[in-house]
Amino acid sequence: MEMKTNGWQPKIVAFFCNWCTYTAADLAGVSRMKYAPNIRIIRLMCSGRLDPQFVMAAFARGADGVLIGGCHPGDCHYVEGNYKTLRRMTLLKRMLADLGIEEDRCRLEWISASEGDKVKWVVNDMTEKLRALGPLDLPGKHKEWDAEMEALEKEVQTQQEGEPSHVH
Amino acid sequence: MKTKTNGEARIGFYVCHCGTNIAGVVNVAAVAEYAGKLPGVVVSRDYKYMCSDPGQELIQTDIKEHNLNRVVVASCSPLLHEHTFRTACEKGGLNPFCFQMVNIREHDSWVHDPGDPATEKAKALVRAAVKRVALHKPLEVKRTRIHPDVLVVGGGIAGIQAALTLANGSQNVYLVEREPTIGGHMAKFDKTFPTLDCAACILTPKMSAVAAHPNIKLWTYSEVVKVDGFVGNYKVQVRRNPRYVNEELCVGCAKCVDACVYKEEKFEDEFNEGLAKRKPVYLPFPQATPPVVVFDPDACIQLKTGKCKKSCLEACDRDAIIFDQKPETKEIEVGTIILATGFRTFDAGRLPQYGYGTLPNVYTSLQIERMVNASGPTDGHIMLKDGSKPKAVGIIHCIGSRDNRTNRWCSRVCCMYSMKLAHLIKQHTGAEVFNFYIDIRAPGKGYEEFYEKLQEEGVHFIRGRVAEVADWPLTKEEEGKLIIRVEDTLAGFVRRIPVDMVVLATGLEPQPDAQEVRRLFNISCSTEGWFLERHPKLAPVSTFTDGIFIAGCCQGPKDIPDTVAQAGAAAGEALSLINAGFIELEPNTSYVVADDCSGCKTCIPLCPYNAISRDEEKKKAVINEAICKGCGVCVAACPSGSIVQNLFTDDEIFSEIEAVLG
Amino acid sequence: MKFSYFPGCSLKGTGRAYEESLFAVCRALGVEVQELDDWNCCGATAYMAVSEAAGYMMNTRNLALAERAPHDLLAPCSACYLSLKKTQHYIAEYPSIAEQATGALAAEKLTYAGKVAVRHPLEVLVKDVGLAAIKKAVKQPLTGLKVAPYYGCQIVRPFAEFDDQQNPVLMDKLLQALGAEVVRYPLKTRCCGGSLTGTIGEVGQRLSFILLNEAQRRGATCIATVCPLCQFNLDSYQAEISKQWSPVKMPVVYFTQLLGLALGLDAKSLGLHRCIVPLPPRAAPRQEVHA
Repeated sequence: MEMKTNGWQPKIVAFFCNWCTYTAADLAGVSRMKYAPNIRIIRLMCSGRLDPQFVMAAFARGADGVLIGGCHPGDCHYVEGNYKTLRRMTLLKRMLADLGIEEDRCRLEWISASEGDKVKWVVNDMTEKLRALGPLDLPGKHKEWDAEMEALEKEVQTQQEGEPSHVH
Repeated sequence: MKTKTNGEARIGFYVCHCGTNIAGVVNVAAVAEYAGKLPGVVVSRDYKYMCSDPGQELIQTDIKEHNLNRVVVASCSPLLHEHTFRTACEKGGLNPFCFQMVNIREHDSWVHDPGDPATEKAKALVRAAVKRVALHKPLEVKRTRIHPDVLVVGGGIAGIQAALTLANGSQNVYLVEREPTIGGHMAKFDKTFPTLDCAACILTPKMSAVAAHPNIKLWTYSEVVKVDGFVGNYKVQVRRNPRYVNEELCVGCAKCVDACVYKEEKFEDEFNEGLAKRKPVYLPFPQATPPVVVFDPDACIQLKTGKCKKSCLEACDRDAIIFDQKPETKEIEVGTIILATGFRTFDAGRLPQYGYGTLPNVYTSLQIERMVNASGPTDGHIMLKDGSKPKAVGIIHCIGSRDNRTNRWCSRVCCMYSMKLAHLIKQHTGAEVFNFYIDIRAPGKGYEEFYEKLQEEGVHFIRGRVAEVADWPLTKEEEGKLIIRVEDTLAGFVRRIPVDMVVLATGLEPQPDAQEVRRLFNISCSTEGWFLERHPKLAPVSTFTDGIFIAGCCQGPKDIPDTVAQAGAAAGEALSLINAGFIELEPNTSYVVADDCSGCKTCIPLCPYNAISRDEEKKKAVINEAICKGCGVCVAACPSGSIVQNLFTDDEIFSEIEAVLG
Repeated sequence: MKFSYFPGCSLKGTGRAYEESLFAVCRALGVEVQELDDWNCCGATAYMAVSEAAGYMMNTRNLALAERAPHDLLAPCSACYLSLKKTQHYIAEYPSIAEQATGALAAEKLTYAGKVAVRHPLEVLVKDVGLAAIKKAVKQPLTGLKVAPYYGCQIVRPFAEFDDQQNPVLMDKLLQALGAEVVRYPLKTRCCGGSLTGTIGEVGQRLSFILLNEAQRRGATCIATVCPLCQFNLDSYQAEISKQWSPVKMPVVYFTQLLGLALGLDAKSLGLHRCIVPLPPRAAPRQEVHA
């Protein structure tokens, strides 16, 4: 299939914890660091709030990448929420691999409140990597798969039409 | 006040220009127009400064006139103005939590170039907020009582000032200091710049006041080992290390010191920066507070081997010596904490080209402070190793400051204290004094004037970073001297200046255990290791952890006036909380929807605060909202989706995800 | 352990003793050294001063040749070491220079990917072979030999990749491991005069004099160096220097020569006979008879 890449820009949905990474992104702003405008930040109180379904939903809705930012290990505002995030991410990454979603598309980064430059670096780096990977376009793929299924169903139906049916 | 939230969402949308901060990059008119067409938005405006009074009034008027039940403001970071706009909503008669803020300054206009991508990003974030806010529910603010007692950690001038301010305001204060005495670095200084008043004369009355104050519990030789709880209700464990002396009984007469079996002083005297020796039992310095001796367990024969004739015991009239004293842990409850843990000076040995530790008569600035002090190791005489007076002295600035290879920051105090030492050295010895500097930084009241005064006194100032303190003479005059090799960048040539004594103006560094300490108190550090303030301008002594404040050099290098000002500010912040009596907590706690809970117990061990228990009768999980801090870990873990976090419900977050993607 | 080897002009000329001693100690310590085929001049400082671009290209060619083998490139001469390092740095930092250099390589069907690591033998011996292994291999400790360790200006500046910029110490440690006494020598990175000895002789020789005189004043038996030009400058003009300023008599040897002596190798195989100011015989003990 040919993908429409004309003027395509990678879309990154980011989940940042309130205390470290969201604040680091604020610091990047206050320091006027320039980075790629491809990121949309959603604030959570703790990266531990991240339900893996959020990541799945983002991909399903057309995100090309998902970035999760939390406090460094040992620094969690809520003692150990970030360790729970790490555990969840380890499992989630396995699942994403099974779904054929490349590893670089889902990224967990520890960024402390003072690391504005790391926000800049990570966003730019991730944008570049996604650019190299190209669009994920899960919604498009869903449509395609649905169409295939529909065609298959039709085929089955035509075959069955000759036979008497008492379904429904 | 009743909020009208039933029925359709009626959303008011406001985008802030922030002068040109936002409007210079994001097309705010286009954002307002776009938002006006989003479902539920009944009024959409752009305004120059939303946080100004007229901006806030705009919201209040619209709430009434357009019967709004939701408000979205796109402006700066919610960490800055969320409270402002929530209050505006409340004044307009709306529940403050029926509000959502969009960060299009820090996260957009300040980090992107002007143009479509920045405007598109703003639109996406606005779309998400508008979609999410429709799902918001009115919430009630919870209050928690503030314990009126305060813990101050660190007994330097910052901690002393903070403790006295609080205690004078009738608060009970615990002052915990790691060293055997309070006083910190300031106690080591001779004079203070630029007024040249004697450090001891202004500090020791404060130290005595701390010891005598009925509202201050002073624990020296003690360390905080554990901190639990949160603003208003901290539980803190303090370990009191054994000094092998009963503090209540000892009066600091030092008869035990005289009686010690060591007749000679043999052990390095920390207070005198290694320039003098002390005995295994000692009083750190004459005005030490509390005036109680301390035994060094690594030096005392009795403590090391148990085989000493213990002449000190006999000498003590008050039976104050306790050789089997054990560490003791105290548990205290406080509502607020002030950290004033100070700094350490740069290790001059890290720059071998300056000869510290290898060449004789190369000293650090703190050593000279001790030398010039009348109660110091040389009785106030500035002298060379052979006892003679130096005829020429070089002071090298920026040792371990403004240097990519060591520390990049300016230590802020070195120019001024170097000039102070130059003045004192000249006054005491009549020597020629050379200052080698990169830039003179004298931005304080009376500081520039002090610099001028020094020049008038005939102190030399040579602008150039010193290459080396050399001991390889090229001429007769240089023989036996320390030769300072430097490019004089004003004169434009390389100079060799022979001197007798070199003073290294060492910079300030974070304490070596700053990382452990900040973890203990759950606050942040800058990458350099200084404690991070909540906002560099508007919340300079607050941290990201409510109820914990910082003061003095633990936050960054600063001089005594700034340190004292910060200590006062930190005490004021603590008093403000205490006076209020309670604080309002963000209602972002979680609760269990009992009908959906299967009672599987997954959530219970996940909660870091033990806020979740199981109702054994109903076989359901129950969250104690008074204990819950609102991290949301349990919400993400619940297999049946039966836990809801206020302000961060699954529906709200899913709607944001959907909307940011278009 | 195997290395490609870039001798440069000095190690085939005035610095022959450096090559001889380097080969000898490498053989003794089990380090294989393979001379780069068809190498060209590094251009040293002179070429870069005349035409920077040509200077980079000459070095890029050597780097490209080295990349044909999977080994690090050993560059014992300080000027070669620095020229190669500098070229790598500029090619990595400035795309325009990289473009020019790769363009020039294309004429010879060579490529440069920026992968080869340029190494100095001091680093390789101390860090790769290791002080422990060297200590074990010492047969005749240099006991009683007082050495002034002299690093010269180039190997740690500006690219301080293996030692401290202000106060390099690797050679100090190596000499101590060999049993020598290391004299505190704060001029260890000061200029020897470089090519000034050939252009404005008096200025260059005065710089050499300061180094020699200070080593003498500090009671050194000899100066140990890592650079062929330093060795040449310090060793060759001592008669003139003595006449001009004050008498100096100071043997100047390569660190590899001292290492060789300690390993029990014979003085001739280490090229010690090439020194103008000879190392005193006690410091160069007689070779024991081998079986």
